[in-house]
Amino acid sequence: MKMATSSERSPPPFPEDLEPEPDEVGDQDSDDGEDIFLGTDNPLEIKMDPSLSASDIASSTKPLSEASSPPVMDLLSEPASEASSAPMVDLLMEPASEGSSAPMVDILSEPASEASSAPMVDLLMEPAREGSSAPMVDLLMEPASEASSAPMLDLFMEPASEASSGPMMNLLMEPASDDLKEPPKPDIDPLADILNDTPLSEVKTPVAAMPQETPSDLFDDEPSELFAEPRQSNTAKQQQTSIFDEPDEDLFSEPLGEASKKPQNDFFKEALAPVAKASNVCGPLSDNYNEHPTDIFTEEAMTTLPSAVSTVSVNSKTNGVHSDEEEPDIFAEATVELSLDSPRNDRKKKEAAKPSASAPAPSVSASASKPQPKTLEEVQYITLEEEVEDKFELNISITNPEKVGDGMNAYMAYKVSTQTTLPMFRSKTFTVRRRFSDFLGLYEKLSDKHTPNGYIVPPPPEKSIMGMTKVKVGKEDNSSAEFVERRRAALERYLQRVVFHPSLLQDPDVREFLERDDMPRAHNTQALSGAGFLKMINRATDSLSKMTIKMNESDVWFEEKLQEVEAEDQQLRKLHIMVDSLVGHRKELSVNTGGFAKSVAMLGSSEDNTALSRALSQLAEVEDKMEQLHQEQAASDSFCFAELLADYIRLLGSVRASFDQRMKTWQRWQDAQNMLQKKRETEAKLLWANKPDKLQQAKDDITEWEAKVTQYERDFDRVSATVRKEVLRFEKEKACDFKKQIIKYLESLLQSQQQLIKYWEAFLPEAKAIA
Amino acid sequence: MTSTIDDSDKEKTLSVSVDLNNDTSLLIDIPDALCERDKVKFTVHTKTTLSSFQKPDFSVPRQHEDFIWLHDALVETEDYAGLIIPPAPPKPDFESPREKMHKLGEGEATMTKEEYTKMKQELEAEYLAVFKKTVQVHEVFLQRLSSHPILSKDRNFQIFLEYDQDLSVRRKNAKETFGSFFKNMVKSADEVIISGIKEVDDFFEQEKTFLLDYSSKIKDSTARAEKMTRSHKNVADDYIHISSTLNSLSVDDNTALKKHFEKLSDLFEKLRKVEGRVASDQELKLTELLRYYMRDIQAAKDLLYRRARTLADYENSNKALDKARLKSKAVAAVEEQQQQCLQRFNKLSESGKRELTSFKGRRVVAFRKNLIEMAELEIKHAKVGHTGDSLSFFLSVFYMYWGESDSIPHCRVCICVCVYIQLKSVVYIHLG
Repeated sequence: MKMATSSERSPPPFPEDLEPEPDEVGDQDSDDGEDIFLGTDNPLEIKMDPSLSASDIASSTKPLSEASSPPVMDLLSEPASEASSAPMVDLLMEPASEGSSAPMVDILSEPASEASSAPMVDLLMEPAREGSSAPMVDLLMEPASEASSAPMLDLFMEPASEASSGPMMNLLMEPASDDLKEPPKPDIDPLADILNDTPLSEVKTPVAAMPQETPSDLFDDEPSELFAEPRQSNTAKQQQTSIFDEPDEDLFSEPLGEASKKPQNDFFKEALAPVAKASNVCGPLSDNYNEHPTDIFTEEAMTTLPSAVSTVSVNSKTNGVHSDEEEPDIFAEATVELSLDSPRNDRKKKEAAKPSASAPAPSVSASASKPQPKTLEEVQYITLEEEVEDKFELNISITNPEKVGDGMNAYMAYKVSTQTTLPMFRSKTFTVRRRFSDFLGLYEKLSDKHTPNGYIVPPPPEKSIMGMTKVKVGKEDNSSAEFVERRRAALERYLQRVVFHPSLLQDPDVREFLERDDMPRAHNTQALSGAGFLKMINRATDSLSKMTIKMNESDVWFEEKLQEVEAEDQQLRKLHIMVDSLVGHRKELSVNTGGFAKSVAMLGSSEDNTALSRALSQLAEVEDKMEQLHQEQAASDSFCFAELLADYIRLLGSVRASFDQRMKTWQRWQDAQNMLQKKRETEAKLLWANKPDKLQQAKDDITEWEAKVTQYERDFDRVSATVRKEVLRFEKEKACDFKKQIIKYLESLLQSQQQLIKYWEAFLPEAKAIA
Repeated sequence: MTSTIDDSDKEKTLSVSVDLNNDTSLLIDIPDALCERDKVKFTVHTKTTLSSFQKPDFSVPRQHEDFIWLHDALVETEDYAGLIIPPAPPKPDFESPREKMHKLGEGEATMTKEEYTKMKQELEAEYLAVFKKTVQVHEVFLQRLSSHPILSKDRNFQIFLEYDQDLSVRRKNAKETFGSFFKNMVKSADEVIISGIKEVDDFFEQEKTFLLDYSSKIKDSTARAEKMTRSHKNVADDYIHISSTLNSLSVDDNTALKKHFEKLSDLFEKLRKVEGRVASDQELKLTELLRYYMRDIQAAKDLLYRRARTLADYENSNKALDKARLKSKAVAAVEEQQQQCLQRFNKLSESGKRELTSFKGRRVVAFRKNLIEMAELEIKHAKVGHTGDSLSFFLSVFYMYWGESDSIPHCRVCICVCVYIQLKSVVYIHLG
């Protein structure tokens, strides 16, 4: 019974020193965390679709866009001069209203139908199209009030107004939003900037004033109500969740996606007209996700959350490490939250209010170590990597690989430089020298400590006896230089992954690794030392037990993810092999091109026709450059692409390790349960046999095992939750990494193609000059 | 496997230009060819105004061996010793694509279906290219003959063109094969011996050193160019695998990366096509050119050899004459022979000079044409690879997808570009 409930409950149980209330808060927190993840994924996807359609547009209307119309150019480059270009603005406004009204209908139709206020849809559509939102809000309030009871009204009004004015508002409110924004968001959508620069926003400012008022009114009223009558809003929350649980997901993820997909479909049907739609939908939508929440939140933060802010300040006192990032994080959390599910807004507010009462207690009592970092971590999980990067202001670079010593005892030492503003470090910049085995040592330590908890510890690059021997032998040839550089880059990426992991950064070993000048030599990293041997045996038994453990998976999510990870692992491995072979072939091509270049040069020298001889030697030069080009491309194939894949093959190994860890804890729990069962049976037997002397012993055993079972169960839940969070975090980081590397790679491809054109174009007149 | 060639393809693939005179009295082409296992049957089509032919327009089926027969017949004709006999076309070689096809069949299990289909297509394309090349080389051989003022009048050539039955040239038997091998040996040995003879004409002296040097260089270049194009093909083939793996990765992936993998897979597919075309064009324009001139230079060298041979004969006859005079025995006969040798040598020298000069001009023209074409094709392909629909476009799409939360500074610029493109289309629509 207990098992069933606990396994269904995915979030981690909090350590016992917490009151039940915070526990519940934690529950919701992590619940929300999931949603947030879902939500933050969604915008990505949503944006993808419009851009896809946009790309289709771009590809198919290539001739159109090539017939480039100067007005647009002007619009982008010198907005001031074109500020009054009426046709343009009209043009932009028109499709904008069209575009934004389309998703709006979708968004509203669902909650509306739930609230059984069908007319509202029509009503909404009209004002939306007109572009003035003042009457719209009125209309909104009317059917809403008709539709439902008092608490419902409040609740409904908010999502409705938000949803309806969402696309509208952010289109119109952008200029205002910039002023309103309090915490500077690092990832302001560049789109918004662009739009701000264009006359579009200028022209719309007067309009913006109107809708801006109404939402702020809404927000002003509501929170106060919430705080005044917490009881009522509590019940409201109950209803609200029941009503909005479904719609609030659909509201933002699905219909928006549909809306943005729609223009695409239309596009195929109608060919031209929806282009306007698509491009505009793309714009406002993405704005919606980035701009809109901040707007609301900034207002909200000012009006409703003074208490939350005070909590934050208390927390930051007790937990020095986070003091400077915590505040923005909480904001960030709330903003993301807002953008996703508006009905939860007030719940969120309550939550924010609740900890303001309860949180000081644990934090003041200095037991903050466990529960507090937990929530902090969760907060951090929510923030995107960029944010983390920006806020941590921790830059790590590895430079100057240097050979130390001679012969077989030689090793490479790397300079690890850290730049940081984090208070946890003693100074702002510091540099240490580390050798490869130190990196391995760091991994061993981290892995020993954190893997059992379900964390994904980034693995360092593998030992390469071949490569290192070459370096040791001291041949200063190309391949060993390449090896050193590749390893340097891999170590850098490894270390960056470690420090960008919020939990690992807290580890004293990491700090020591970065800061301490005289690092004790890590001894157990030798390939076949005693410890290594033991480890090997351990691993063997692990993999054996992995095969034997048959876990009846209670959580489908884990099962699916594990399958995904395994499939991905396989595909990545395959891809890696392919890319490696590409690198090999390209290197071969480079060598062969070089050979051909030389040969053609010789041919040119023995050619007796002067012009042809010249052309041939030019051709030789071109081919020579080609060789260079191919070589560079091979290097970028290998550095940008193959290395990325290698990294992720290793990382997926770690991901699997964390899944295995979860399974192990589950096994332990199961074993404990079986044990408990046995003990109980023994007790029953003893009772039956009437042996009171041993009975006490048996009872003690039972209590002991009961405690263990609960303990293990809790462990399992905790590990499960961590694994889940870690996997989500991993996926996010993976997306980031891939995007960066792939863009880099494509750029290198593009560049080499451009070079190629340049070379051949230079050659062409030479060829023509042959007479 | 049966494949035919149509005319439009041929024009594109005409890689080795022949310095054709604009004489339309004898036009030859191979409009069609049929490949059955090892044999390739060419349809040789002739259009002529010459009265020596019975009809003005006719076609005959010919096989590779017939071409060889014609070539050998020409080489062995004493009268043509002073001419550069066009090099015989190489034997059709479908081994490498066949072998690859076989290998592909073996490796089928390790590939996805899509991958396999693509590889197969690629191989078929390669096979077709080889086939086209073969046909073309044979055609060029005949065209060179037909454009030559003397060779075009050759009886054997006319029979080759006109006789509408199978020529059923007897294949060389083992003895003959050995004989020709032996003859080659003797020839090379002879070459060494006569190389000691002092050259009397500066032109030929120069020409000899040049051709010797050039032929070794061009041989090297050809080999390297072949290697280069082969590794280029390998790169293109790798793209196929990468593309398909990315595709299957995108199928499995459920995260935000799904679409990106898809796009990337498309991109690699496009790149594959580009690289493949670059490789095959290089093969056609560069390698094939070098290969042809390698053979042509060999033919020119043969001419030089024949001339040197007659020179040696002449000198020998001079010696014989001296000897005969010394002994004053049969002086007249030897003198007669000596005169003949001299005459022959002079004739050879004269026509050889003419031939070699025209060869030089022809070579330069062919190189010019092919190099220009290759450069143009390279540019074209690179541009397809980078502007238009592929690389930069994909890049901008990637920027779009990922741009919104990215800290890479130039991302913004690219988003600007994307927005700009969108705006442009918007404007366009508005303007009608």
